[in-house]
Amino acid sequence: MKTWFQSGSPWVWLNAGAVSISLVMVVGLLLLIAVRGLSHFWPADIAEMSYQEPGQEAEILIGEKVDHEQVSAARLARSGIELPEGQDFAQRTLMKVGNRDYYGLDFRWIYDPWIQNVTYPEGIMAIERREWGHFYGYLVSVKEQGNVVAQGEGAWDAFQSRLDRSNELYSQIKNLEKNEIGKINHGLEELRLDERRLELDNVTEGSLPYQEIEEERQQFNDRYAKLRKELDGLYQALNRDQIMVRMADGREVEIPMAKIVQAYKPNGMGVTDKMGQYFVHVWEFVSGEPREANTEGGIFPAIFGTVLMVLIMSVMVTPFGVIAAVYLKEYAKQGPVVRLIRIAVNNLAGVPSIVYGVFGLGFFVYFVGGSIDEVFFQAKLPAPTFGSPGLLWASLTLAILTVPVVIVATEEGLSRIPRAIREGSLALGATKAETLWRTVLPMAAPAMMTGLILAVARAAGEVAPLMMVGVVKLAPALAVDNIAPYLHLDRQFMHLGFHIYDVGFQSPNVEAARPLVYATAFLLVLIIIVLNLAAIGIRNRLRETYKATES
Amino acid sequence: MEAVNEQKNVARGIDIESMHRGPKVNFADETICLETKDFNLFYGDKQALHNISMQIPKNRVTAFIGPSGCGKSTLLRCFNRMNDLIDTVKMQGDLLLDGDEINAPSVNVADLRRRVGMVFQKPNPFPKSIYENVAYGLRLQGVNDRSTLDKVVESSLKGAALWDEVKDRLHESAMGMSGGQQQRLVIARAIAIEPEVLLLDEPASALDPLSTLKIEELIYELKEKYTIVIVTHNMQQAARVSDYTAFMYMGELIEFGATDELFTNPAKKQTEDYITGRYG
Repeated sequence: MKTWFQSGSPWVWLNAGAVSISLVMVVGLLLLIAVRGLSHFWPADIAEMSYQEPGQEAEILIGEKVDHEQVSAARLARSGIELPEGQDFAQRTLMKVGNRDYYGLDFRWIYDPWIQNVTYPEGIMAIERREWGHFYGYLVSVKEQGNVVAQGEGAWDAFQSRLDRSNELYSQIKNLEKNEIGKINHGLEELRLDERRLELDNVTEGSLPYQEIEEERQQFNDRYAKLRKELDGLYQALNRDQIMVRMADGREVEIPMAKIVQAYKPNGMGVTDKMGQYFVHVWEFVSGEPREANTEGGIFPAIFGTVLMVLIMSVMVTPFGVIAAVYLKEYAKQGPVVRLIRIAVNNLAGVPSIVYGVFGLGFFVYFVGGSIDEVFFQAKLPAPTFGSPGLLWASLTLAILTVPVVIVATEEGLSRIPRAIREGSLALGATKAETLWRTVLPMAAPAMMTGLILAVARAAGEVAPLMMVGVVKLAPALAVDNIAPYLHLDRQFMHLGFHIYDVGFQSPNVEAARPLVYATAFLLVLIIIVLNLAAIGIRNRLRETYKATES
Repeated sequence: MEAVNEQKNVARGIDIESMHRGPKVNFADETICLETKDFNLFYGDKQALHNISMQIPKNRVTAFIGPSGCGKSTLLRCFNRMNDLIDTVKMQGDLLLDGDEINAPSVNVADLRRRVGMVFQKPNPFPKSIYENVAYGLRLQGVNDRSTLDKVVESSLKGAALWDEVKDRLHESAMGMSGGQQQRLVIARAIAIEPEVLLLDEPASALDPLSTLKIEELIYELKEKYTIVIVTHNMQQAARVSDYTAFMYMGELIEFGATDELFTNPAKKQTEDYITGRYG
């Protein structure tokens, strides 16, 4: 035993154990969120069953089994359900029954002993709607302007082809509203601002500039009227079709085609079809816009906001951190003051991030943003432009949050450059600045990238400060669009981290939101990994070029 | 005692008769390139150089020898003001290049270093291509014309006896070369900007014997065009390549003279002790 201790193997085992535990935890975490999140998109079979609670009439239920658990009799008693004498536990199933507009709730716990006749009829379809969540039921007939055009066998195919048409029309409408009408609104807003500016400059009303503005406004209004007409036509075409569907309880209801995103019949699908449907769902999640208070649809705006904010932050934090580090390391006279600054910088990394949020709100948004508004956006006041939380301030706040990391990493990199290399450059008649610029900084570039990687990893995961300086649960528009100046730094944006919080804790529909929390979390991790891999790739290329640092 | 005598004879024997290849030199005929007058240097409170006065002739190879820590590298680094990089250094006395004070406030350090090139003990090529290493000094001067650069790179590499070995891989990284090649590349880099003086700080101490030989041959050829000052620990090397030798000890210049004279007939006891290997 003693020799075993002396051999050092316990130490090796201890180390290996620590590493394995860390690995297991990381892999476990990823697996958990991946499985919970990704399984949500699988088109599960839809069951039809009869369900009879004691003392009540039997009812037919249609829905997806979502969860299953065992509950104690005591808990059930508290919710008013009596189990037979001697039975301590009951099994219950969480069913997603959909049809929220008719049932009130789209999730329901049912008790296994009272379930009978579970079947999986092929005819049941799941309909994703733009409002009210999923609908489960049977297709009865397809109507055009209220007249039945297909029913029975041919109804499904007619439904699918008409659905394609309506989706096509829907995207046309969205495109018109977002781009064309958006441009007109933007133009009108600009005109209003021009007018306000004239007012501020005390130009007499009715003079030439006013007339010009009026003319332009007229042009915009004409264009709008034309578009409005076009839109009305499209809307009419969109509202042409409806379908009749039968719910579990036998009621037949009408669903306008315009309200349907997609429909599928999972019970009749093979594995390949289901895979196809699965990827359709995943794609919708990744590329779509959120609906229904973020509990349905996609999270593209949040992905976009996260990535854009991280990129803008990187663009700001890297030069700033590098310049600061160069000064501290190369130019500043090393002494107590510089040491103090260095300690301060290191400690900045430990300040709670919410404090940065408060600082960002107070300094950037209200002070800097407010001043910018007063100087440059006078005409728009009192509506703020930069004086309200937005992308720029969020990026800047995170840049401040992460700048210590970049400074420390860059300083480290600079101190690793061999003295001989600097002297070699100086001996050739280079000034200090030339030496820095041509030789030292390129060689320290991998270290800067390391700093940036750490900064990105930290920034992409931050939520708390962002809530104060620009992140919202639902942003009306992306920060990048086709209206000059194309990148709108003053706009508020969505962020995956905040989205997780919002969907998980602020959602009106808890059950529907839960898998989305996991899916969003998984996506956030994935995006951070991708951003990091990109930075690591760049760093490795730089290292290859400037190998000397490593020796 | 016998062993010492034998060593002494070996040292003297190798030195001059079989190795020194230079012509007989006469100090009185030389043009003076670098000159120090009562030069003192302090690192903080510690004096590293004491009253150094010497004249280094133009287009000759002058070697500084002496035990480690005797100040020979420090003195060498004064000639292109490399010691400016060390905050605590203080200097007294005159240090002249072609009669002009090197430490004068009006002197542009970068210009001075362009005139006085330096090669260090360890090869320190930049992590760039061979071509860019040689072109570095010219690019600093704003020369970016491709054909001029091509010409200078070629002639410098030829001047450093490296052209034949690297002409097919000019754009590969200099970090992939052998130590000896790297050191010749660094010399090529230094002569590309056509300095007047080349300071060599133990240029061969990190190299194998074959590379050392190549460097020595190169030094011999380069003195046609440049004034060369070389610091070396290797007395045979000093004897082989230099025309004049300065022996320094504890920050003082003990003896300065024509190499064959100093090695065969040292005037000072300390010099004799050192070159016969009694200390150092």
